[in-house]
Amino acid sequence: MTHLDSVKYMAGAEVAGSTPVVMSSPELRAEVRNLSFWYGKTQALNGINLPVADKQITAMIGPSGCGKSTLLRCFNRMHDLYPGNRYGGEIRLYPEDRNLIAMEPGLVRLRIGMVFQKPNPFPKSIFENVAAGLRVRGIGDKRVLNERVEQALRGAALWDEVKGRLHESAYGLSGGQQQRLCIARALAPQPDILLLDEPTSALDPIATARIEDLLVELRRTITTVIVTHNMQQAARISDFTAYMHMGKLVEYNGTNAIFTNPKDKLTSDYITGRFG
Amino acid sequence: MNAANNCKTLEQIVSANKRIDVVMASLGILVLMVASAMLIGVFVDLLTSGWPRLISSEFYTNFPSRHPEKAGILSAMTGTSLVMLVTAVVAIPLGVAAGLYLEEYAPRNWLTDIIEINVSNLAGVPSIIYGLLALGLFVHTFALGETILTAGLVLALLILPVIIVSTREAVRGIPRDLREAAYGLGADKWQAVRMYVLPAARPGILTGVIVGLARAIGEAAPVITIGALTFIAFLPPSPIQAEAPFINFEWLSSPFTVMPIQLFNWVSRPQAEFHINAAATGVVLMAMTLAMNALAIYIRLRLRRHDR
Repeated sequence: MTHLDSVKYMAGAEVAGSTPVVMSSPELRAEVRNLSFWYGKTQALNGINLPVADKQITAMIGPSGCGKSTLLRCFNRMHDLYPGNRYGGEIRLYPEDRNLIAMEPGLVRLRIGMVFQKPNPFPKSIFENVAAGLRVRGIGDKRVLNERVEQALRGAALWDEVKGRLHESAYGLSGGQQQRLCIARALAPQPDILLLDEPTSALDPIATARIEDLLVELRRTITTVIVTHNMQQAARISDFTAYMHMGKLVEYNGTNAIFTNPKDKLTSDYITGRFG
Repeated sequence: MNAANNCKTLEQIVSANKRIDVVMASLGILVLMVASAMLIGVFVDLLTSGWPRLISSEFYTNFPSRHPEKAGILSAMTGTSLVMLVTAVVAIPLGVAAGLYLEEYAPRNWLTDIIEINVSNLAGVPSIIYGLLALGLFVHTFALGETILTAGLVLALLILPVIIVSTREAVRGIPRDLREAAYGLGADKWQAVRMYVLPAARPGILTGVIVGLARAIGEAAPVITIGALTFIAFLPPSPIQAEAPFINFEWLSSPFTVMPIQLFNWVSRPQAEFHINAAATGVVLMAMTLAMNALAIYIRLRLRRHDR
């Protein structure tokens, strides 16, 4: 199994200087290699290299239009739903070391869950929303469904709020609850990687805090890649941070290192609020 | 001149905008009232002219007759109901499937473009042309005869474009993020369509189906063209029977008449008494259409309560 290059990627390595890295090096769950992407003739990503550490939160930050959402949507091949899009390079998926970009998109999406910017529950009951991913996988047994739905709702810290009204419409929930429902829906099939595309940008601060708490709780159990326009959010919850600018990955490091000691001028300008 | 004299104050701008709003709203209400007044006027006129026959139960249980006071719409009502049944059974699955295919499955290429243009054009073809097509194709080539089946098929063809177009609109109207949510879970196309696209598009599809069926129920031209009779003094064989296999499809090959033809027949008679029958038939036809609309609204409300 591939390991992170401890000098280049290890959290705090640069700050610590010559002191040996204490933390054990996390294994990789995926690795973006020289990935480029085109919307028609417009190139949106240019030679991206990015490791995704297993059971850690990797955050992608950068100004609007830098390509962070585009990169995220490469992971579950969402771009394949629309004509005219083209990939170059690869995303290796570990431990079996397969190129995600060459796999069947449907197969990729069965293994990689996604939570979107705006809560987007289906016009169905709370139960059916969480069960949707299981039903897609052909799980129809009532007992199994009940068990997995409860497990996912507990995992998304929503169970206590909805256990009495599982069969009511999901549209009766608040925005923050709907987003946690969407997280439960993504978690229920136990995906290899959870993708989150600015999951709190449509939520108020309290709902945002609950989602952040949830993500921190989940972080040792699932590999998470999150796109956020909120630098503080990346600083609060992520283990690793990638800074992107105009379709390129400018800097990647442990979150502490990025925020305390950015090496690139673009990164430091962005995190100190000089633009973005 | 200074700027203050040229510029309106903010208060003036707001009150001018308010005046425009009032004018537009009154205009809208006026147009609406003209439209509904015409509908109500026609309905009331038919109702008052046809009243003597409408309150007579014989009108609903009798066959046509040369005595206007004995003539009834039993065969026409039965004919219309059965023809509409065939139309619905053929047109709804075909139209919805075609709409789904064009919106969800079809690649964007010249072939799809041609199909799209043709579907839109079909909606504009005069209904009597459909009648001619059916006369040549169904009646003669396929030898289906001048039957309920043929009538149902031609009316299904007639309303197919309406159902296809409204299905496409409904499917296109589904928010992109809902679609991505389904695909994001790993759903394949059919799973996404069956589990999420179709339920979310249901209200829109239903509206199209009702608009289509409401058009079909009032059509006389294509049905006359294929040779519907104007005088039917018997009922088609019952679809349900006492002995096995309990379901009988002989009614499909039965001669028939429909409400618009019966109406047309009576209104073209010289005797004024038959005109009363025609008016009464018009009321029943309108009531059937309105009942269909009401059913659609009811179903839509029910679905909404279950879904949202």
